[in-house]
Amino acid sequence: MNAPNSYRAQPDDRGHFGAFGGRYVAETLMPLILDLDREYKAAKADPAFAAQFDDLMTHYVGRPSPLYHAERLSETLRASAEPGMGAQVWFKRDELNHTGAHKINNCIGQILLAIRMGKTRIIAETGAGQHGVATAAVCARFGLPCVIYMGAKDVERQQPNVFRMKLLGAEVRPVTSGAATLSDAMNEGLRDWVANVHDTFYIIGTAAGPHPYPELVRDFQSIIGREARAQMLERTSRLPDLLVAAIGGGSNAIGLFHPFLDDPDVAMLGVEAAGHGLDKDHAASLAGGFPGILHGNKTYLLQDEDGQIAEGHSISAGLDYPGIGPEHAWLRDIGRVEYDSATDVDALDAFQMLCRTEGIIPALEPAHAIAAVARRAKTMRIDQIILANLCGRGDKDIFTVASALGVSI
Amino acid sequence: MNRLAAAFAKGRPALVCFVTAGDPTPDATPAILDALVAGGADVIELGMPFTDPMADGPAIQSANIRSLAAGTRTADVLRIAAGFRERHPDVPLVLMGYANPMVRRGADWFAQSCAAAGVDGVICVDIPPEEDDSLGEQLRAQDVAAIRLATPTTDAARLPRVLAGAGGFLYYVSVAGITGKQQAVQASIDDAVARLKAATDLPIAVGFGVRTPEQAANIARVADGVVVGSAIVEIVAQHGQRAAAPVQSYIESLAAAIATASKEPA
Repeated sequence: MNAPNSYRAQPDDRGHFGAFGGRYVAETLMPLILDLDREYKAAKADPAFAAQFDDLMTHYVGRPSPLYHAERLSETLRASAEPGMGAQVWFKRDELNHTGAHKINNCIGQILLAIRMGKTRIIAETGAGQHGVATAAVCARFGLPCVIYMGAKDVERQQPNVFRMKLLGAEVRPVTSGAATLSDAMNEGLRDWVANVHDTFYIIGTAAGPHPYPELVRDFQSIIGREARAQMLERTSRLPDLLVAAIGGGSNAIGLFHPFLDDPDVAMLGVEAAGHGLDKDHAASLAGGFPGILHGNKTYLLQDEDGQIAEGHSISAGLDYPGIGPEHAWLRDIGRVEYDSATDVDALDAFQMLCRTEGIIPALEPAHAIAAVARRAKTMRIDQIILANLCGRGDKDIFTVASALGVSI
Repeated sequence: MNRLAAAFAKGRPALVCFVTAGDPTPDATPAILDALVAGGADVIELGMPFTDPMADGPAIQSANIRSLAAGTRTADVLRIAAGFRERHPDVPLVLMGYANPMVRRGADWFAQSCAAAGVDGVICVDIPPEEDDSLGEQLRAQDVAAIRLATPTTDAARLPRVLAGAGGFLYYVSVAGITGKQQAVQASIDDAVARLKAATDLPIAVGFGVRTPEQAANIARVADGVVVGSAIVEIVAQHGQRAAAPVQSYIESLAAAIATASKEPA
């Protein structure tokens, strides 16, 4: 395949990223999706919209997030590498954002769009609860009622976030259908939306769903990569050699990657959740899935030969989604980004390693990225730079980790 | 005249009946389909089960779960359709469902399989006209109707887009919502049907939330067809393997109401 002139020009007018993406929704939603597309185009061209977004990013979210050179982690990894090997590891510290993850970047952008469109009620789905908390926070900030759909199984394993959402004034509706996790929460969100299109805005939490969601979520999250690129140039006068980010739906990864896509010397690695292993239960849609249509877009899906969707599994509730954002599907197929995976065990090991070497408790989602960083750093020279997105903090996961380590708290 | 056109040209509104294939088991479905025909159904909508039926309410969600739990495969759905075609050469049957099971082996494969099984049309919930090249083109190439949905949110500016490439009949979803419980106000249905009829020669069938003979009769006074789904699926849920007889008597009550309605002046 010939390389395109720019890797940053997707999607096309119909919301297609190569063979992926699109607008696969019920007719009831179609007019609203088209409205959203028009409104987003207008907002993008409106300096007042950008100014309001930037102001909230600075004063509400706490951006720019720091770029941090993890020297002890780098040294630790170097200790088991060949002489001259062991890259420098740097982190984009999006776990320091208000509400504890990158999710808030997108929620601010989408609620500003909702207000522009005159919508008065917000719904969202959530897996780990980070997107739910971020949505609940912006709804409180702007005084809009908020309903969060969350799989009943996730409600159980993410109690701290459930309580946070309630404190922020959101109504959390547990979803018991299917596997009672993220995918089912998304189905229920779509059912609510189709019945309430006149007044309701659906804040989708990842760079997936019908066009224009994958594009607008990417654009709002691209603040991660824009900041990181400028910070890295300022600190080191060069660009990183490798970007690494964890992937469920893929919003933190596309946010980091997108501003670097046209930098030919920057390699990129997305890390899917391999759960118990790629030959067992996992949530790695690229590694173990096939193209299909779900939740409004065409992308890689975990599914059987009849097109029935499989349940994803990961120790991280934020990664166990059976699909992936369509731009990642495209970037994989054209070869611009490499994709790998990390198991539950890999992630738990990396989680503990970061705690002990850097004094940072990461969320289980970026722990998957850190596991891949640990593998890659040893294969890269000592003068090379890996930049990984530390997309969430681990406070929410301490009960899950304790349980996995056999500790009762 | 093809089977679908003939079903809407009987001089009275058509009764369109939905059940989920494989609910409660693949082996039980043929008798339920026969009961629909015996009760007076003019068009059969056979639902293809899917793990993620995001446009459906609890009744049809549960039917999907029961069917998949019973091991229903795409091959079973096509076999049920082909068997129906042998037993009922003149009764139109359309498949209704979600995109992913339909396109999994390729849209051409699916369209050819539909044609081979004697399927007259396909209603795909989550392929709007904007994505017609994902399935619609392939269906039309096999003379299988791509049946489109219009909803209360489909305005006059958008309607021509919905109608381009549409075949069989136009399914008016009378409620902005999921299948099952809510019912549309009759006046809103009257207005919508008048608007749709002005824009197309396709027959207009109205569905979502239709469960009583009275509702069916009211819709029959203005529309070319009445679609009933969740109410039938609930009878199947209640009676399981013995659902055929109660399904037939329920369909008879709907058919009688529609026949009466059509004799009254509009």
